[in-house]
Amino acid sequence: MQPIRPFSSRLVALPIENIDTDQIIPARFLKTTSAEGLGAALFYDWRYDAQGAPRPDFILNQPQAQGAHILLAGHNFGAGSSREHAVWALQGFGFRAVISTYFADIFRNNALKNGLLPIQVDAETHRQLFSLVQEAPETEVQINLEAQQVVLPDGRAVSFPIDPFARRCLLDGVDQLGYLLNMADRIAAYEAAHPQRVNTLLNLA
Amino acid sequence: MSQPRTLFEKVWERHLVAPQTDESPAVLYIDLHLVHEVTSPQAFTMLRERGLKVRRPDCTLGTMDHSTPTTPLDIPIMDAQAAAQIEQMKRNCAEFGVPLYALGSAYQGIVHVIGPELGLTQPGMTIVCGDSHTSTHGAFGALAFGIGTSEVGHVLATQCLLQNKPKTMAVRVEGSLKLGVSAKDVILALIAKIGVGGGTGYVFEYCGSAIRALSMEERMTICNMSIEGGARAGMVAPDETTFAYLEGRPFAPKGEAWECAVADWRTLPTDEGAVFDAEVYIDADSLEPMITYGTNPGMGMPITGRIPDPDSIGDPSQRETLIKALKYMDLQPNAPLLGHKIDVVFLGSCTNSRLSDLRAAAALLKGHKIAPNVRMLVVPGSQQVKRQAEAEGLHEIFKAAGAEWREAGCSMCIAMNGDQLQPGEYAVSTSNRNFEGRQGKGGRTFLASPLTAVASAINGCVTDPREMLERV
Repeated sequence: MQPIRPFSSRLVALPIENIDTDQIIPARFLKTTSAEGLGAALFYDWRYDAQGAPRPDFILNQPQAQGAHILLAGHNFGAGSSREHAVWALQGFGFRAVISTYFADIFRNNALKNGLLPIQVDAETHRQLFSLVQEAPETEVQINLEAQQVVLPDGRAVSFPIDPFARRCLLDGVDQLGYLLNMADRIAAYEAAHPQRVNTLLNLA
Repeated sequence: MSQPRTLFEKVWERHLVAPQTDESPAVLYIDLHLVHEVTSPQAFTMLRERGLKVRRPDCTLGTMDHSTPTTPLDIPIMDAQAAAQIEQMKRNCAEFGVPLYALGSAYQGIVHVIGPELGLTQPGMTIVCGDSHTSTHGAFGALAFGIGTSEVGHVLATQCLLQNKPKTMAVRVEGSLKLGVSAKDVILALIAKIGVGGGTGYVFEYCGSAIRALSMEERMTICNMSIEGGARAGMVAPDETTFAYLEGRPFAPKGEAWECAVADWRTLPTDEGAVFDAEVYIDADSLEPMITYGTNPGMGMPITGRIPDPDSIGDPSQRETLIKALKYMDLQPNAPLLGHKIDVVFLGSCTNSRLSDLRAAAALLKGHKIAPNVRMLVVPGSQQVKRQAEAEGLHEIFKAAGAEWREAGCSMCIAMNGDQLQPGEYAVSTSNRNFEGRQGKGGRTFLASPLTAVASAINGCVTDPREMLERV
């Protein structure tokens, strides 16, 4: 995983509340065994009509979204299923961060595992960002993970919370599994002290 | 005397390999890892790429449920992508030594149905699966929650997860449920009350006299939809009902080990005086059958209610959300849902596909025909449920009424196996999500209980099951 450095981008605004993972990527695209190529399925049923033609009024089909790395979404983003495909689809399209006032737990965890930044801001900042996009769609904001800040064009910096452990991993470009693998001795000690509860190898067939 | 603790805290503390610190999350040991074909392939690929093994195949169980067809088992899988995913699951489990109840096995089924029915799900355990409805297993007093595919990889490789300790919310349900009001209505009422994000960051503990009176299968229905209120896990303290359900099941402890286990499980319930971070109260006596009208499970109301009016909502963002939902559903504000024509009834899913659901549905359906404009799918949660239902003749009741009796799986709850709504169709579904397109692109879902689903199938429109139950 590449360490996450500060980056700047236009915002793609999707002012809808409770965007669930079935909208981010519909279930019929989950019949894959790979994490690659899912950007094409991102928001598929909002992005394409029944014949598969792009809907021109949907934001991802507009020039503004091309090459943008930050999705600005309504309250409570990523509710619903645990599908990590939602994160892979957002990243496949090119997003590196999602800004909202609230994130569903599993989505937030999945995002942090993959280096997609779930950036939670207060309602006032959220409103300002939406106005900013409306008034000046080309405006870029900077995201600085090290400083935990979104830097607006006027220079104002808005702090955002992020899990300190995930932040460290993302800044160092290491994944969380390595940390767990290094705990093998402690895991073995736990196992020695706690008899297992079930043995699934018991063959019923 | 130690500090009084909640059920959640007791289970959490028992599984700490390393406690949470300011710099790092807790390392939580996982007792049981359930794996299915859709959210695991990329995790197995990661293991292969990094030269890792599955640390505890003996604490891991695979099955297939999401992309599997529910057509007769001798018909080949028509969807090449689904067939490839199913084949990959077999190869992955064989290569890594993970036991698997594959399609065609007598024990195959929806992962959250087979865990409990096999006796794998037990009080005090930590249980995870790459599926958000893993919360179902909390009905036994286990800490059970859904994880993403990266985390599936973590558990396969280390049997552990990095977790920050969630907060606790007591969901107190007091009183008794009236005729025609079921566990599904309790959980739909809770989510309507707190909203789809109301439980984010919390583990629910369902308690109170109404919960104690429920069977294990009813408790599973409630815990199943905890995630629809935003909570990753929901738990019910184990009691005699729990022990009676588990005793004698294939993976449950036997003999002396059973006695020891029960003695231990009796220590799990929340101590007198333990403090929750939040509490919500539901009056069971005042509940009616519930139904959803919108595009998330929080958009629910009593079945006799009227669809809310966006003009009555002050918050502009919430108003827009409701306008968008009603547009998708093609419903009018202030209109009733009772009498609304439907096209499909889906009886199934990890929420409501167990034997007691099928029994309740069949009892109401017996002697009736479903309306000619309705297609009704009945999808048992597992092969075991299917066999038990057939032994009782329930399948004959469904078929005689004009419903389809299908093989076990997730089916039209997630609509990735070919069982799906057509654009514009309305369904009354016993499943757990009414998101746009969830049951098929352009399809419109009303979530409800099995009783409401059957009553609606008979009349061909949204129907209050109490009208029919009172006549019986």
